[in-house]
Amino acid sequence: MANPIEQFKIKPIIPLEVAGVDVSFTNSAVMMVISVVLITAFLTLSVRSRALVPGRWQALAEVFYEFIAGMLKDNVGQEGRKYFPFIFTLFMFVLFGNLLGMIPGAFTYTSHVIVTFGMAIVVFIGVTIIGFARHGTHFLRMFFPEGAPIATAIILVPIEVISYFSRPFSLAVRLFANMTVGHIILKVLGGFVVSLGAFYVIPGIVPFAFLGAITVLEFGIALLQAYVFTILSCIYLHDAIHMH
Amino acid sequence: MPQFDPAFFAPQLFWLAVTFITLYILMSKVALPKIGAVLDERQRKIDDNLDKAMQLKAEAEAAIAAYEKALAESRAHAHSVIKEASERLAKQADERTRELSAKLAEQIKAGEVRIAAAKEQALANVRDVALDVAGAAIARLVGTSPDQGKLESAIAAALKENGQ
Repeated sequence: MANPIEQFKIKPIIPLEVAGVDVSFTNSAVMMVISVVLITAFLTLSVRSRALVPGRWQALAEVFYEFIAGMLKDNVGQEGRKYFPFIFTLFMFVLFGNLLGMIPGAFTYTSHVIVTFGMAIVVFIGVTIIGFARHGTHFLRMFFPEGAPIATAIILVPIEVISYFSRPFSLAVRLFANMTVGHIILKVLGGFVVSLGAFYVIPGIVPFAFLGAITVLEFGIALLQAYVFTILSCIYLHDAIHMH
Repeated sequence: MPQFDPAFFAPQLFWLAVTFITLYILMSKVALPKIGAVLDERQRKIDDNLDKAMQLKAEAEAAIAAYEKALAESRAHAHSVIKEASERLAKQADERTRELSAKLAEQIKAGEVRIAAAKEQALANVRDVALDVAGAAIARLVGTSPDQGKLESAIAAALKENGQ
């Protein structure tokens, strides 16, 4: 049975080094580049005809656009429009990372905690900067709810600070863990199908049926986690702009 | 797990930054404005069509109002024409009736006059005949002609007595 961890292995394709730092072009980078190419091709080619009544691809592109625009409007409001390209990029990048990872043999870059953490920390730092830029030192009120008795500050402030600083970690770990665990389950079930099915056809069907069901579930999780990552970013953005 | 091997952090972060920034630029400068333009254009077209529909509806309503006004006017006109005609006819009929009745009254009056004259004539004739007959009868019976004045008054009294 193949090692279920092996699929997460990073394989350098073009070894590169810039100023002593390893920046090799790896299988992870290949998938990121493929994502960028596919997303761009999909979103530009689909609306090339600028049809009044959209075709299938154009309708899909419009659905993505309006879905993210609506999410941003509902969660952040009009001030959020500036950040629409960023939120949209974030959603598409995570979504395509998750979905392309479902292709057998493909590498899933969202299953690497450093990738998800990289995006989460950009969101976290960006949101913090936006908060201080909009509210100045008043943004620190985030850590102490309005109207709470002053004596509770000793408990509330540390809790709020911890919860605020744990945001990038929870954001990163949620996506990474979901993708990693999902892919391990798929791999293990696939191993069962092979090892059981090789000797006995009938028992092999059972893990195969499970594998089919889990594959459907994983597609759902791929969509859901992209959505969750994006909507949490929107909620953090809302907090920074409107403060609770 | 390879995910926790720090040796792979740098290359992944580097390519994440490169691809993500590239995608951000492509999205914000190319793809999203394009899709947004398509959506705006559709919205504009829909609004235009709605406006046009509203305008046409208003025009149709104005046309209906004008038609109804014209209808009401012509109906009122027809009404007044009918009224005028019937009034005129009634007046004419009135006049003719009056003329006719005046004429008839005149004829009746003339007839009455004629009848009265004829009656008088007849009465006078009766008196003359009576006078003659009475004179002749008296002359034959008495032998002498009676006094003309006395005879006349006696006949007049007799005629009066008989209601003539």
